[in-house]
Amino acid sequence: MMMLAAPVIAVALTLLVGAVLFTLLGHDGFGAILEIFVRPLFNPYRWQDLLVKAAPLAIIAIGLAIGFRANVWNIGAEGQYILGGLAGTGIALATLDMAGPWILPLMLVFGILGGMAWAAIPALLRTTLGVNEILSSLMLNYVAIQLLYFLMRGPWMDPEGFNFPQTAMFSADQTLPMVVPGTLIHLGVPLAAAVALTAFAVMARTVTGFQMKVVGLAPKAAAFGGFGAASTVWIALMAGGGLAGFAGILEAAGPFGQMVPQFPTGYGYTAIIVAFLGRLNPLGILLAAMVLALTYVGGESAQTTIGLPAAATGVFQAMMLFFLLATDILVRYRLVSGRAAPAGVPAGKSEGEAAPSGKGKAVAA
Amino acid sequence: MAVEARAPRLELKGISKRFPGVVANDHVSFAVPAGAIHALLGENGAGKSTLVKIIYGVQQADEGEIAFDGERVHIGSPREARALGIGMVFQHFSLFEAMTVLENIALGMDEPPPRRELEARVREVLDSYGLSLDPHRHVHTLSVGERQRIEIVRALLQQPKLLIMDEPTSVLTPQEVEQLFETLRRLASEGCSILYISHKLHEIKALCESATVLRGGKVVGTCDPREESARSMAELMIGGSLKDLSDKAGCVHGEDRFVVAALSAPGEPPFGTSLKKVSFSVRSGEIFGIAGVAGNGQNELLAVLSGEERKNVSGSIRLDGTELARLSVGGRRRAGLASSPEERNGHAAVPGMSLADNALLSARSRMGLASGGVIKAKKARDFAAKVIDAFSVKATGPGASAGSLSGGNLQKFVMGREIMQNPAVLVVSQPTWGVDAGAASFIRQAMIDLAAEGAAVLVVSQDLDELLELCDRLAVINEGRLSEPMDVKGISIERVGLLMGGIHGSGRGAEPEDGTAPAGRARHPEPAL
Repeated sequence: MMMLAAPVIAVALTLLVGAVLFTLLGHDGFGAILEIFVRPLFNPYRWQDLLVKAAPLAIIAIGLAIGFRANVWNIGAEGQYILGGLAGTGIALATLDMAGPWILPLMLVFGILGGMAWAAIPALLRTTLGVNEILSSLMLNYVAIQLLYFLMRGPWMDPEGFNFPQTAMFSADQTLPMVVPGTLIHLGVPLAAAVALTAFAVMARTVTGFQMKVVGLAPKAAAFGGFGAASTVWIALMAGGGLAGFAGILEAAGPFGQMVPQFPTGYGYTAIIVAFLGRLNPLGILLAAMVLALTYVGGESAQTTIGLPAAATGVFQAMMLFFLLATDILVRYRLVSGRAAPAGVPAGKSEGEAAPSGKGKAVAA
Repeated sequence: MAVEARAPRLELKGISKRFPGVVANDHVSFAVPAGAIHALLGENGAGKSTLVKIIYGVQQADEGEIAFDGERVHIGSPREARALGIGMVFQHFSLFEAMTVLENIALGMDEPPPRRELEARVREVLDSYGLSLDPHRHVHTLSVGERQRIEIVRALLQQPKLLIMDEPTSVLTPQEVEQLFETLRRLASEGCSILYISHKLHEIKALCESATVLRGGKVVGTCDPREESARSMAELMIGGSLKDLSDKAGCVHGEDRFVVAALSAPGEPPFGTSLKKVSFSVRSGEIFGIAGVAGNGQNELLAVLSGEERKNVSGSIRLDGTELARLSVGGRRRAGLASSPEERNGHAAVPGMSLADNALLSARSRMGLASGGVIKAKKARDFAAKVIDAFSVKATGPGASAGSLSGGNLQKFVMGREIMQNPAVLVVSQPTWGVDAGAASFIRQAMIDLAAEGAAVLVVSQDLDELLELCDRLAVINEGRLSEPMDVKGISIERVGLLMGGIHGSGRGAEPEDGTAPAGRARHPEPAL
């Protein structure tokens, strides 16, 4: 139960400390909180914006959470998101002169495949050479950005685009339809909800979901249960890469409507916070994505209304992660003043032991 | 000293301790004189551990008082207990695997002396009690037996007046047990009292001069173990007559079902024991035992047989003639091989998951608990409930988390889960480690019944008595080599003990049969190169 309280406490602490911090920096701290976290909620136009920003965050975070469950730390969602966008864009550019309802689905499929392909590199390195996936996936983000820049300035530059480094605009058949006419809410929003429900079912009801949970809780028991370490790494990275790529092409074919060098906006990193804030639970992630989307939307409007620096968004997001990690630790462990009980307290559970003991293997003085 | 010489070293008067829903100790009273070796007997759940924790200050009694050397004391923490002169060796070790023996000892001390001084004192204790242990080894490289020695040294360094030993012999060779008993007897003769908790009744008979028997949290009797039989003590403990294991003599062994030939595998890095051309065969209806001191390749053997380890493994594993060596864990299970590793928590079972989920862990394919990758939650719950029922596992139901079960109950569940899949071959390691007499005899009987139905059962255990009681034939594993199998009937315990101690190969990989390794002091082997 406390596990569910931790994210709420973390968000509350973020608001409080954020207000104090920005007051000390000479801004109107409480006004900033109001502007970022409260006001957008009462503005119907901002709500559209919120949903549109939350959708990719949720989709990426759900993919990451599946891997995080199994202690596979894919930090490369940003790159996988870019590659997904690029792969889908490739299809779009190849089909610019064509028409038909098959184009958009094909773009989406290639978006997923693009993200998977990018995630396959750390998966392969990890399973064959034992390379830590945190480092390899993170470094590939920078490679992906360079690849994007290269394509925008070279082969994929729009010949009629006055030498701007961007592709041609996608055609109507290559753009996501709006689900609510007259708003910004595109097909990606309901798709994000569908992804969350599917992922929830997969984690709760399938052997694969069970595998990810067992690997995370007890890796040796997973081996005993017949779940190979390599298959776990592959599943984790394919889920993370595939969904990040999916989010990428949804963004390219949705709000952007073309591919531009400004395509990566840090969603791949923010999604890590979303995943943890949502307790790695797909449905929790939907809520957490809304909270983080709020920092984007509110942060943007606070720049214009009360002149808060653009970095404020990042500060709030980072605070949220740190407070979450801190509250998690304090939920699991207790602060003890002075010298704690020395070693010699048994770690295992034995008869008659009613009080739940700490998670640590031994308590040392 | 002289004044207090007649007061008992430790006296408990009317100790009671309640937990929500359970009375763990109900007005327990007994006394341990100075220099006495006193046994505390009782099944799992009888309240021994709680009582011991109260004495060691880990928990506080709700009622009653404790007198130490005649003086009424309040023991608020293990630190206060140690200050009084109470030392304890726990059944579960509290060691940091990534640290050395010496660092672990220092961590357990209230005021550790400087390193050099501590090392000198540790070496002194090791020498004077004849314990072999290298203070600079990292704990993760040590066998269970060696880890226990760290705990013993920890306790002895404080020069305790009362030493509490919780199940200390479960991992030792007969010679090592005898050596431990020598140590304990010597401590006792120096005036240290010993409170000894064990399920091995013949050991209690050999070592202890008085015993208190607990059942359901109450003292149900005291006795002089030297004048009782193991059976009479067991019956006192259980409060009923002990069921005999059914006679295996009438069993007819069939064809070879499980044949392992020239099985070699590298040890678990970085310090595991590699398997060296292990060959044996188990016939239908037969229980085959593998004895040996911990850390001689048992875990590697289990992992290779179950399929958890397949890298760089050579040799063949055949079940009814079918080659299993290339099959995955799941493939071997489907072929009829069930296994249960030594460690329950985190290996055979996931403590943080429900029993139903734990049923899913190893029984999903054979029992059809999942199809097409989708879990059949109801079937999993039903199967878990069947196991709970058939193996009388004390649990609130299939939804109970595995971590909430006591060691014995979890082991019953794990064994039940494997046995009720009706495997052709069952491979188990330490099936009754830390399990009380009633549960242990239940588990053994279940294995005998499985064999009687024609399965081949392989039991890897450090408990020689268990193997002698259970098995038709046994072999000894030492440094990854398996001895010739011996018929249990007419076996020489002396010879088995020597084989366990490594008589057919010294600790440094020298020629076999050199016989220089001191028996009963098997060292953990050096990493295979």
